[in-house]
Amino acid sequence: MAEYKVKFEVFEGPLDLLLYLIRKEEVDIYEVNLTKLASQFIEYIEMMRVFDLEIAGEFLVMASTLMYIKSRELLPVDQQIVVEGEEEGEDPRWELIRQLVEYKKFKDAAARLQTLEATQENVFPRIPIKPEIEPDTRPKLEVSIFDLLGAVNNILKRIAATRDDGRNIFDDKWTVSEKIEQIIGVLKARENVKFSELFADATSRSEVVCTFLALLELIRLKQLVCRQNDAFDEIEIGRAPVVVAPPVSETAVAATPEAESARHS
Amino acid sequence: MELKFILESLLFSAQKPLTARELRDLLTAAAEAEDAAPEAKPFKKVKDADITAALEQLAKDHETAARSYRLACVAECWQFVTQPEFGPWLKALVGAKLRPSRLSAPGLETLAIIAYRQPVTRAEVEQIRGVAVDGVMQTLLERGLVESVGRAEVVGRPNTYGTTELFLEYFGLRSLDELPAADELRKIVVEKPPGLVTADLGLATPPPEQLALANEEKPVASE
Repeated sequence: MAEYKVKFEVFEGPLDLLLYLIRKEEVDIYEVNLTKLASQFIEYIEMMRVFDLEIAGEFLVMASTLMYIKSRELLPVDQQIVVEGEEEGEDPRWELIRQLVEYKKFKDAAARLQTLEATQENVFPRIPIKPEIEPDTRPKLEVSIFDLLGAVNNILKRIAATRDDGRNIFDDKWTVSEKIEQIIGVLKARENVKFSELFADATSRSEVVCTFLALLELIRLKQLVCRQNDAFDEIEIGRAPVVVAPPVSETAVAATPEAESARHS
Repeated sequence: MELKFILESLLFSAQKPLTARELRDLLTAAAEAEDAAPEAKPFKKVKDADITAALEQLAKDHETAARSYRLACVAECWQFVTQPEFGPWLKALVGAKLRPSRLSAPGLETLAIIAYRQPVTRAEVEQIRGVAVDGVMQTLLERGLVESVGRAEVVGRPNTYGTTELFLEYFGLRSLDELPAADELRKIVVEKPPGLVTADLGLATPPPEQLALANEEKPVASE
């Protein structure tokens, strides 16, 4: 027959149990009698053992720390062994109290978060109905790869003029697949996005190139379409009409060299 | 036309919460439209800071008016929300809010440590809590409240964790600076009390004289 054990879960851990014992004594953490606390703590562990509760290793570690503190204090000051490298600042009592104070602060912070959580459950946003407006049915113009190249060239020129004097060399911070994720993210939130908006935050030539490759990749995968309202209008990028979506990220990574060569040609 | 009322009308009808920047873009778009109304033009070049200031003023106005709803800023996005007191009736209206179950006490503790100390490694969290946090961390990661934000430059390069935007939304916070008692908890340095309070003020030990006395008696007892 399997041994029946109750998991001891009343206390989150040894620090929790110590805080409970201190609270019971009704004293300030800084003034607690650690020797007495050590005895109480060990009594508690003893009790857990009697009830055959599983005692987590952390409790035993704490018990040994407390025993160490207690044993040190049994010796008169002049007979205490000075452990090499252990300076006054590393008094184990202080260490423990510091840990308790810190833990207590976070426990209080957790309680405040809980209050916020409960409040937030009763807060409801206003979600208006989307006003019904006739969709723009004007036929949109197809955009060719040359229009795209022309547009990205303008952006590269702008970057070269403003931010990059060509002398600084940076890490390639961005990868094409990251940019793909980013573009998909933008278009999840909005119907369409202007070409220049995609590059609004770009700070370097390599970032512009990454974004552009990501864009080409998504167009190749038939995820996105590019349109213009009129000739010479700004290019708009929107989601392609839904077809079965291929697993984007994997294909994209595999296809990067291909896109790379497109860039050089 | 006052800026704050334009913003109010936009947020009143917006499909989703909007950031100050998105609002600015709308103002610019309205001013640049071909058939732009003359009153829209002055707001073409309004600054983000002015918009934020106007929104804060608007939020204050609503607070003073003490209506059943207020203008809230969550994760830097502005929206109108109802006051929590009206929860019972709104629940009847929309049905039980689609909200995951409440977090457990260990979950909240762990989350609090990550929120105030980010970026933080798992080992650091465990050190503060004094217990292992594997299971709890897993739950927090799965619920999208925390995420890996990088690696610590220490041996083994462990992952460091931070809170997500969803965390701010879940607790209705504008930013991490709005966490309760943020300035106190962000970087706690518990200063050692001057004069070693722990040793001298009868904290842990009986006074040294007593110890010495006990020591003198000992040899007698053993003889």
